[in-house]
Amino acid sequence: METILAFTALGVLLVLGMGAFGTAIGFGLLGGKFLEGAARQPELAPMLQVKMFIVAGLIDAVTMIGIGIGMWFTFANPYTAALH
Amino acid sequence: MATEGLTPTSYIQHHLQNLVYGRLPAGYERSDGTILEQDTWTIAHNSSEAVDMGFLAINVDSMAWAVGLGIVFSYFFYRAAKKATPGVPGLWLNFIEMIVEVVDKNVKESFHAKSDLIAPLALTIFCWVFLMNLMDLVPVDWLPLLAATAAGDPHFYFKVVPTTDPNITFGLSLTVFALIIFYSIRFKGVGGFISELTLHPFSSKNLLVQVLFIIPNLILEGVSLLAKPVSLALRLFGNLYAGELIFVLIAMLGYWQLPAHFVWAVFHILIIILQAFIFMMLTIIYLSLAVEHH
Repeated sequence: METILAFTALGVLLVLGMGAFGTAIGFGLLGGKFLEGAARQPELAPMLQVKMFIVAGLIDAVTMIGIGIGMWFTFANPYTAALH
Repeated sequence: MATEGLTPTSYIQHHLQNLVYGRLPAGYERSDGTILEQDTWTIAHNSSEAVDMGFLAINVDSMAWAVGLGIVFSYFFYRAAKKATPGVPGLWLNFIEMIVEVVDKNVKESFHAKSDLIAPLALTIFCWVFLMNLMDLVPVDWLPLLAATAAGDPHFYFKVVPTTDPNITFGLSLTVFALIIFYSIRFKGVGGFISELTLHPFSSKNLLVQVLFIIPNLILEGVSLLAKPVSLALRLFGNLYAGELIFVLIAMLGYWQLPAHFVWAVFHILIIILQAFIFMMLTIIYLSLAVEHH
């Protein structure tokens, strides 16, 4: 039982950590490209900003799914339930 | 919620459990020890009962709030539409016109076929998802405590944010998925729809090679087609579930709650608007891809 809990905690940490890592890099690239584009053509900045938010939502998606799964494993662990 | 045996974990788990109405089979032993003589339709008293109720159980609190907020949205927009005049609008009418204009502009930019359904669909999705997400900003314990005192049961489960329930988000996204398939077939025909799934992205002039390519094409296009409703639902669910969970976790901090709640709530305002907007934009974009010919 302790082994399951320990490995679940490690698994959740990996999911959250790697999700954060990927999202941070993705947002950094996205924001950088947006700033470059806005600097080249300032009149397009509002339109580019809207599109940036749309892509930001897409980047966040799998990370958030990972967070949801991580929270599910933390608070309603199916492996411990399967033990009972 | 000052009851005996209230630990942090039980507080969190209490806030993450929906009010489930379902059928428990005959011979089932309930949490208070009574054994059921026959199949009863009842409300679950703890989470293992809720799980044992199976597929046909309904999350009553999520459904009630989702339908109720939909009615609120419909009522306010209907009244505004009735009162719309060509003259200078009042404050409320102005606000509604702003929302309708934003949605209309986004639909016009992305959707290039003729359909009367898309813009109202986009408006409904945006406003309804936003209203459901907005329930997350009400402080964590207020509405559940109100419901518990009204029901007279201190262990009453009551989740007020419908979009933290994957059933609700999958309901929305599967409806959008059905519309994607319906629009694909209506604008491209059944043959066009099937050929798009089986003849792209690998194609060849040689008929035999083309037939051999059907399987890999079907796998790739099938995954991409199924990823749309799954990602739509889980993106919204994941964002809102994580947000609500952080509110519940902050609520256990004692007096330090107040600044932490405020900071997180301000960030969460951005998240709820953004997620509603993204759901709407992706719906429009998927439907516009469905009606496009290559």
